[in-house]
Amino acid sequence: MTLMTKILGAGAAVAMSAIGALAEPGLIIDLGGKFDKSFNESAYNGAQRWAAETGGTFVETELQSEAQREQNMRKMAERGANPIVVMGFANASTIDKVAPDYPDTKFAIIDVNWLDHPNLRQIAFKEHEGSYLVGMMAAMASKSGTVSFVGGMDIGLINRFACGYAQGAKAVNADINVIVNMTGTTPAAWNDPVKGGEITRGQISQGSDVVYAAAGGTGVGVLQAAADADILSIGVDSNQNYLHSGKVLTSMLKRVDNATYNVFSAGVEGFEAGVVDMDLASDGVGYALDEHNAELVSDEMKAAVDAARADIIAGKITVHNFTDDDSCPSF
Amino acid sequence: MDILIQLLDSTLRLSTPLLFACLAGLFSERAGIFDIGLEGKMLMAAFMSAAVAAVTGSVWLGLLGGMAASVVLSLIHGVASITFRGNQLISGVAINFLAAGLTVVVSKDWFKLGGDTPALGDARFPELALPFSEALADVPLIGRFYSDVLSGHAIIVYLGLATVALSWWVLFRTRFGLRLRAVGENPESVDTSGVSVIRMRFTAVVICGVLCGIAGAYLATGMSAGFRQNMTAGRGFIALAALIFAKWRPGMALLACLLFGFLQAVSIRFQTIEVGNFQIPSQFVEALPYILTVVILAGFVGKAIPPRAGGEPYVKER
Repeated sequence: MTLMTKILGAGAAVAMSAIGALAEPGLIIDLGGKFDKSFNESAYNGAQRWAAETGGTFVETELQSEAQREQNMRKMAERGANPIVVMGFANASTIDKVAPDYPDTKFAIIDVNWLDHPNLRQIAFKEHEGSYLVGMMAAMASKSGTVSFVGGMDIGLINRFACGYAQGAKAVNADINVIVNMTGTTPAAWNDPVKGGEITRGQISQGSDVVYAAAGGTGVGVLQAAADADILSIGVDSNQNYLHSGKVLTSMLKRVDNATYNVFSAGVEGFEAGVVDMDLASDGVGYALDEHNAELVSDEMKAAVDAARADIIAGKITVHNFTDDDSCPSF
Repeated sequence: MDILIQLLDSTLRLSTPLLFACLAGLFSERAGIFDIGLEGKMLMAAFMSAAVAAVTGSVWLGLLGGMAASVVLSLIHGVASITFRGNQLISGVAINFLAAGLTVVVSKDWFKLGGDTPALGDARFPELALPFSEALADVPLIGRFYSDVLSGHAIIVYLGLATVALSWWVLFRTRFGLRLRAVGENPESVDTSGVSVIRMRFTAVVICGVLCGIAGAYLATGMSAGFRQNMTAGRGFIALAALIFAKWRPGMALLACLLFGFLQAVSIRFQTIEVGNFQIPSQFVEALPYILTVVILAGFVGKAIPPRAGGEPYVKER
């Protein structure tokens, strides 16, 4: 018995010292996968950038199923990773439960702003503001007077993209027709490019000539269908302009990479709890301009969008946030 | 009118993978081998066809690769349930799990893209315009139907329609078909007449693999441009439902798949359907194939009687 206690004690001591030695930051990648060319990939790139600049290392795990959320988060905390960045609103209830159990571990969660823990940093993006800008660009590029939107899972967050997009498009052309479709109501909707492509074909047959995809992996199918039909598309989260060079009008950037990078750089010492808004002013959201879409974005378009950007930052234009009241005046 | 044309156009595309998977199941189950591994075989074929097409740049080699991968899984099912007389349902479930895991693991290792295959540029099935489709476009009704609905699909779609007729002919007009059906109804009698039950069943299972392979290849290299993890998204199970709905008949299978494809097209096109003041959510339309199948199974609309020896391994009398 005493021997057993000693062994256990020694084991615990080893485990404790291991935690002390390992203060690497951790990243928990959500179901879309590390290379979704979108949301999760953006976070991974931010972590990679931190590693390249500081020479540090970080721990990462990729969720394979819904059931692993809590188990993965606890395992990461017990391995001693600190701070830990968690991707996505779907983890909100899990982190609400897990964070109080590890008071010494610092957590940061993306796309959540309604929790309250002393060791939790919540990073929320104003996607509606970025979507407003690309909505303007869509309306200016459209010749048919119809633009469209393909969302992933039908949730408030994605409606926020759709609503900002519609408002932006209507700011340019009040008569424009904005078609909004969602891929599904389960997490499978993030990963069904076949259905995404079919939705896009449907929208094209209704006259749309610019389609904006905010649908994770499903978006790959949307952009493909748009490129096949030779119409313009708009990517999301990461810069997706390169996927079909010359056929992607722009991408609504959600700088998840910056958010991840900032949390990693601040480390445990510089960690601040609370809610952080990533908006146009802080370059948390924006639109992508590079060599792949330089010919598609006219000077006039760029000037108009930059003016609107300044107006939003100055408070002269208010972009409606869908999740404030679960409705959208622009639909 | 325009909307109906677009819906039918979309229906034809969405039905094709269902149709191939359904006919695959038809051959297998008519020979007495239940197959709920259609989903897994399609997924494996989707991955392999996209992988081969991405590496070689040839969509036809991709199709062959997809068929080969699917046949390998079929043979595993065959060995487990015919040779070793295992439970066919369990073997089918195992194949679904195997495919779901294996595709992602192998793809991550080969392409380092987190389970996806690289986007296929031109290595895809192009959309074909049928002859005279432009000339006939102005003919009212039939012209529109011909040029907008029938024309402009990948060759696999037309192959699917031809396969329905071929399946009917093989199953109901050839000696091979008679034997295959007999193996599923009454294997003892086939055995007595000196035909190997084991061999007939293996042949059916391989045909099933080939057809599933085409279904998967069309998903990855026709409808989309590459493989993504779990991209079959339940289509194998809808095909299985269609098979029961069709009461194991090729012609009815075509109708069932077109119906289920149409329901998918409707749910994609209309997020909510309003009937008077009542809103039908698209989820209900998507769930309709399953609901209809249950209704059929419950015996409300005719009777769906599976092949009599289905699900039972054949044991020669000792």
